[in-house]
Amino acid sequence: MITCLADMFFPDVGVAMVTLLRRHGVSVDFPEGQTCCGMPLFNSGYREDARELAARTVALFAQSEHVVVPSGSCAWMLKTEYPDLLAGDPALRGEAERLAARTWELSQFLVQVLGVTDVDSPFAGRVTYHDSCHLLRGLGESRAPRTLLSRMKGVELVELPGADECCGFGGSFSVRLPEVSAAILEKKLDNVERTGADCLVACDGGCLMQMSGGLSRRQSRVRALHLAQVLAGDQS
Amino acid sequence: MSEPAVETPFSDRASAALRDRFLQEALGIATTKFIGLRRESFDGFPQGDALRDQARSIKEATLERLDEHLTRLADNVEAAGGHVHWADTAQEAREIILRLCRDKGVRMAVKSKSMATEEIELNEALERAGVTPVETDLGEYIIQLAHEKPSHIIAPAIHKTKAQVAELISQVAQAPLAADAEVLTAAARVQLREKFLQADMGITGANFAVAETGTVVLVTNEGNGRMVTSLPRIHVAVMGIDKVIPSMTDLAVFLAILARSATGQKLSVYTTFVRGPRRSTELEGPDELHLILMDNGRSGQIAGPLREALYCLRCGACLNVCPVYRQIGGHAYGHTYPGPIGILLTAMLNGTESVKELAHASSLCGACKDVCPVRIDIPRMLIELRQHIGEEKVAPRTERVVFRVFRRLAMSPAAFALSARIGRLLQRPFARAGRLRRLPLFLGRWTDARDLPPVAARTFRERWKDLR
Repeated sequence: MITCLADMFFPDVGVAMVTLLRRHGVSVDFPEGQTCCGMPLFNSGYREDARELAARTVALFAQSEHVVVPSGSCAWMLKTEYPDLLAGDPALRGEAERLAARTWELSQFLVQVLGVTDVDSPFAGRVTYHDSCHLLRGLGESRAPRTLLSRMKGVELVELPGADECCGFGGSFSVRLPEVSAAILEKKLDNVERTGADCLVACDGGCLMQMSGGLSRRQSRVRALHLAQVLAGDQS
Repeated sequence: MSEPAVETPFSDRASAALRDRFLQEALGIATTKFIGLRRESFDGFPQGDALRDQARSIKEATLERLDEHLTRLADNVEAAGGHVHWADTAQEAREIILRLCRDKGVRMAVKSKSMATEEIELNEALERAGVTPVETDLGEYIIQLAHEKPSHIIAPAIHKTKAQVAELISQVAQAPLAADAEVLTAAARVQLREKFLQADMGITGANFAVAETGTVVLVTNEGNGRMVTSLPRIHVAVMGIDKVIPSMTDLAVFLAILARSATGQKLSVYTTFVRGPRRSTELEGPDELHLILMDNGRSGQIAGPLREALYCLRCGACLNVCPVYRQIGGHAYGHTYPGPIGILLTAMLNGTESVKELAHASSLCGACKDVCPVRIDIPRMLIELRQHIGEEKVAPRTERVVFRVFRRLAMSPAAFALSARIGRLLQRPFARAGRLRRLPLFLGRWTDARDLPPVAARTFRERWKDLR
């Protein structure tokens, strides 16, 4: 599953994920009917609209053995919220629960399902990792991305102070309260620059949109990349 | 509840807070310190997680039979010689206290820190009735001198820098004092000692009230709580009905996690148990004890969507970790209870309409839920509040239209793909070196501080054809 942000704004992330999965022997399909998981609607309280999107997404991925998502928040939406959202219809709920059990955030899929911890990537540099809120606190994952990064030959992983603190994106939050969102971001980016890393890695298109937008505005030398790009060996 | 209407929109209040240099300095230091202390305290406490689960279960079970526990509490307080008053609303609670002041000739009341009395705006009511309220918790004393409201549930003066505090206390001392915590505390102690001796009434809240024994429990650090409950001839405790717990065994569970969550202490310096007024064989204590059991919107949520907010211990941990609170502080929220839990409590006390902006004052990062000692699912409840606000059509029209359009697009893959093409056309005038630096309409405020990536020249969907 390629999230709507990755599809429209960060297609390189999707391409990197496909490359990476194929390299590890996974046959990849992209059901073209996919749009958005519904999280923006859900988080803003448009539950009924989110439910409709959940129902169509569940149907769309009914045949997939595993659903791999390059985003902690969308994976969390499918895994945690879909069964609840579709609880009114027992058949749909069952489908949603089965989908939830087959859905994986990318780093978790690599480590837990494929058993991959060493990826062969030409990527080199000093990197620091930002924990996306939904991957960390929603799915309880902080180790898989760090394991993958720290075992790369060319990568030096430096811990980001306050790595577990929100970047200030929060979807529509960043549009509703842009100044507060930007103030949270500034604090995050100050920490990023203090690490001396030349690359900031995250596992979520939302955080990347926010943080790369801030880095480019302050003309920082730090690049923000998705984990998939680093693992696949993006040298752009 | 008669909270004064807040005139300026929340986003403006938040922006003003972001520009307040003193606030930014004080808040950053204090919340970071609290976060570290809490983390250290739980790191060395492996049973903490199990105790948090247990505390949550106790709260759940207590609410199931709240009426029985409250009746038992009231009976036992009365059996110990205390008086119990029931207040449905904030106004009733105020009237009970004012009547006591009138009947007993009270001219001055010393107070220990209490959010319940903030909730009912007691100080203002006392002043209007000619009774002088004196806050004796150091933080509360500071903000009373500054004529402000608390900006944090447990650290009311968290928004003040040391220099600002020195100025306030120096004014009372009529001498310039150094901006040094020890010097200032010593000066405040002298100033307050006199008030303790003059006061006719001591007013407190209650961190817990134990039904099986009729004990009011106060958790404090400065010793002022003991002075307030033992020196004046009358002690009045005001508590929300959610504060009752069944037994002393339950109390032990809460005490083990409350101070750790709040300040990182194993226990607070003082844990005061008040059971009835002074008995004939005792040397110290008040002649009268009055316990006010206040509802003020709480019972309406026992079976309501905000039920979990009734578990809250008022430790303040969710404020310290909230990225929004850490940037804007408590006053910008505009209500008695700030921060993530404050939004829920405000909705409980003042209705959903009162939080139509505040319900969105969260990035839903989940840090609040993570640190909550009783694991209140604050993000979920905020989403539910947003839903309610949307259904009541309280949300702004533009917003509803934007989301309706988004839903239409997302329901149709063809329209979704087309929107990328339209986006590429629309963004042309705004793109500079592969970045969007200034956008019109509501997106303009986004690009004030950040660039936005443009819609890609080829979306993933378009590139998939070559990848297949």
